[in-house]
Amino acid sequence: MTVDVPAALSRLAVRLAGEGARVEAAQRLTGGASMETWAFAVEGRKGREELILRRRTAPFDPESSRSTSLAAEAALIAAARANGAPAPPLVHLCDAADGLGEAHVTRRVAGETLGRKINSDAKFDAVRPRLARQCGEVLAKIHATPPPAAAQLKAADAAVELDRYEEAYRASGAERPVLELAFRYLRDHLPAPCAPVLLHGDFRNGNLIIDPQNGLAAVLDWELSHIGDPAEDLGWICVNSWRFGRPDRPVGGFGAYEDLLAGYEAAGGAPVRLARLRYWQALGSLKWGVMCLMMYASWATGVDASVERPMIGRRVSETEIDLLNLLEAGL
Amino acid sequence: MITHPKPEQLTEAVARWIEQIRPQLDPRNQFLARVAANALAAVSRELTLGDEAKAAAVQRLEPILGHGGSYDGLVWELCEKLRAGELGVDTPGLLAALRGNVLDQLAIDQPAYKHDRSSLP
Repeated sequence: MTVDVPAALSRLAVRLAGEGARVEAAQRLTGGASMETWAFAVEGRKGREELILRRRTAPFDPESSRSTSLAAEAALIAAARANGAPAPPLVHLCDAADGLGEAHVTRRVAGETLGRKINSDAKFDAVRPRLARQCGEVLAKIHATPPPAAAQLKAADAAVELDRYEEAYRASGAERPVLELAFRYLRDHLPAPCAPVLLHGDFRNGNLIIDPQNGLAAVLDWELSHIGDPAEDLGWICVNSWRFGRPDRPVGGFGAYEDLLAGYEAAGGAPVRLARLRYWQALGSLKWGVMCLMMYASWATGVDASVERPMIGRRVSETEIDLLNLLEAGL
Repeated sequence: MITHPKPEQLTEAVARWIEQIRPQLDPRNQFLARVAANALAAVSRELTLGDEAKAAAVQRLEPILGHGGSYDGLVWELCEKLRAGELGVDTPGLLAALRGNVLDQLAIDQPAYKHDRSSLP
């Protein structure tokens, strides 16, 4: 079913801001096989409001999907905000009357999300040294948030993650020695069990809104949230693929491991050892490598016709060199 | 193979044309056009570097596996042995051989990708 999103947004504007309200500057920001993001503004009697629409464009199967529903994402955002973690405030959870399918609207938070700008633009020079610590503090708040029951989150430890991604890798038919080596190594070195917590699941440079004055302003994209090892989130933001040209700054390409972990502890997070973080960083690179293969597969099987998908398949080699760097260092 | 033009010149010509028309596109298609030009650049690099990289990979894998063979055959066998744990990080020369192969592949796929061993503590 194709949806005329700008037309639906015009109707939604009236619902949100009353008779006479109109939509301005509706623009699709990103779109993939399953999810679209639109930026738009509503001009109503009470003034102008900058908003973001997220909507699902393909059928959603909560059993097989790794993602949560958008309703679950809305519940997560509310819970995290209540616990002091910054996320864009939810404005509206769409229903059938909106004609947008599964979707929600949040307020647009000002700031930058492009990793390369955050890491290199002089505008962020002043705030950049504070970002890693802020990320640690915010992760501690997310991890201390009671998981909202409505979100029905799944649990996954390292063994479960390895099973899931190894299955996807085998199904892809690809033969990549470094990925084989990493699967085997990480299986042989599973971290000791720990108390599971609420995880963001995709906490990385690119999903953070950074304000040039105040730093971390909001955490986006909660759809991969699940219950698991706190070091998973801490390791994911250190994966070299999210360092945007600054491998010398391990945390997102903007900060140091020590600052991330110090911020985490200072905000009440249970201490996490660097070795555990780096285990999850390696598992993160491995996951991203398999995800690249899966995105290629979504093109090869005709699910997604975008030129972007097959080209992402050529990013597997970046994860291979990152994995080798970690394996050579003994993680 | 025909050399007037070479295949990598054809991909280069198309990539240049995409760059020419890119400014006229909407933001979403500008992004996709850049991806398309990048894809053609990767094809060009594979056409010029691919054969040599494959031959070098075979040379690196032979001493690890103890015999010669085709690229596909050696990679398949290596994958099986890594999966079974018969070879691993402690196998002499393995990590260095894999590093050589991956760096050659990266030079085709993403020559601008920045990675750094020294960032590890």
